[in-house]
Amino acid sequence: MNAPSHAVSDRLYRNRRVRNAIALGLSGLATLFGLFWLVWILWTTLRTGLGAMKPGLFTRMTPPPGSDGGLANALFGSAVMSLGAILVGTPIGVAAGTYLAEYARKAPIGEAIRFVNDILLSAPSIVLGLFVYTLVVRTSGHFSGYAGALSLALIVLPVVVRTTDEMLQLVPGTMREAALSLGVPQWKVTIQVLYRSALPGIVTGVLLALARISGETAPLLFTALNNQYWTHDLSQPMASVPVVIFQYAMSPYDSWHALAWAGAFVVTLFVLLLSLLSRAILLRNKASHD
Amino acid sequence: MTDAHFAIAPSAPTAAAAAPATGARPKMAACNLDFHYDGFHALKGVNLEIAEKRVTALIGPSGCGKSTLLRVFNRIYSIYPKLEAKGEVLLDGDNILDPRFPLNRLRSKVGMVFQKPVPFPMSIYDNIAYGIRHHEKLPKGEMDARVEQALTQAALWGEVKDKLRQSALGLSGGQQQRLCIARAIALRPEVILLDEPTSALDPIATGKIEQLISELKHEFTIAIVTHNMQQAARCSDYTAFMYLGELVEFGETETLFTKPAKTRTEDYITGRFG
Repeated sequence: MNAPSHAVSDRLYRNRRVRNAIALGLSGLATLFGLFWLVWILWTTLRTGLGAMKPGLFTRMTPPPGSDGGLANALFGSAVMSLGAILVGTPIGVAAGTYLAEYARKAPIGEAIRFVNDILLSAPSIVLGLFVYTLVVRTSGHFSGYAGALSLALIVLPVVVRTTDEMLQLVPGTMREAALSLGVPQWKVTIQVLYRSALPGIVTGVLLALARISGETAPLLFTALNNQYWTHDLSQPMASVPVVIFQYAMSPYDSWHALAWAGAFVVTLFVLLLSLLSRAILLRNKASHD
Repeated sequence: MTDAHFAIAPSAPTAAAAAPATGARPKMAACNLDFHYDGFHALKGVNLEIAEKRVTALIGPSGCGKSTLLRVFNRIYSIYPKLEAKGEVLLDGDNILDPRFPLNRLRSKVGMVFQKPVPFPMSIYDNIAYGIRHHEKLPKGEMDARVEQALTQAALWGEVKDKLRQSALGLSGGQQQRLCIARAIALRPEVILLDEPTSALDPIATGKIEQLISELKHEFTIAIVTHNMQQAARCSDYTAFMYLGELVEFGETETLFTKPAKTRTEDYITGRFG
């Protein structure tokens, strides 16, 4: 080995180390920048929200200005409409996703449906709210919990279609071949073998869809509107946490602000738990496959 | 169908080497079989008999069509679009390529085991019982006996009898492959197709599967695709050498490996190409 060429490669190596350090430093800074705001938002929500938590939050109705109350009707409305949306969106979404993955995987019709579904997936939720407003609220003549649940279902649907489609496509083709070679018909193989294999992924998709709709405000403004009082009649206007947060946060009253913070706290915590749960499901599934 | 189908005359010069008298009764036979996918001519006028209760090995370089041929025997190819088989494939004299031949009945008679072991995401017991449940309604006691029998035949019973309710995904690769064999024989098929069943396994697991094959041939007709010529020589009675979609030479394994009739066969088995 002669000395000059050794010196050259040393310099090259040093240069690379410097460039590596700069690139790594910049990526670290970018991460910090992003995390800073996120932590700030979370911290403020948790701190102020926790401070605004009080007995009666889950049992008392949304109050008029100046008096005491809770979020019972809004929490109930959110729970009922989200549940309704999941109950409507999941079976349709799973069925459509199954059609795409198992029966129209490479067919032009499948590609077309996938494309349209992706548009629906990224459509602004306010557009879906307006759609349901025209379709249901205008024709029935009044706002209702049904309309709210339907607009949320339209948000759930494309998420479930996409995850079901993707999770079924991830099931190795050899598993289909192995099951079909036992002389079992395709529909039975899909339900008994492929769903079992894709289930953790599909459940995760549904949980993430639930997390997404539990914070949606815009579609509910045009459909369920709001309700100061307790109602479990879905054909009536219904309160929901995001809409109450929206209304109370815009108000000039301190007691309403406090309730809005408490609502934000509860919703954030719920979404956090859902994310952790879906993560746990995926991790457990991965561990059992390795 | 008549036995006339088995009197195979070479239909093209390339198929001249096909179909020697195998001695044993032919269980399955390909007659002038052509296979196309998406414009590619993958099998060219193949004539081949699979002898009953014998092991027939299909060898040849990658892309020669040996797996394609195997996948025609239970029509598993038909789950994909744009694949087409022409000609006849007979099972006990009936043409299985006839659309009127009931597909799921065919697959219950002609089982298949694949290159990579694919246990279903369920318990060891359910993996075996799954196929049986579709074809037969058995009381629990009989089902237990069938599962035990299949696992015993696949030389796996001793290793799993205390964990039948555990997930099959926890088994080792070699155990998973024997589970897949057990799953196939649990349906009591007549023919078992093995598509490179040991190529994902270590030598010890491979040895176990090969030993298993030599035991299973007393009860089942076996066709095995393999990349490994020693494996073909070790465990088959008849060997077919394929090249570029044609059946080049077919005969008793010993003859084919010691006195090949075609130079292309000789070149391949002596390692000059492939």
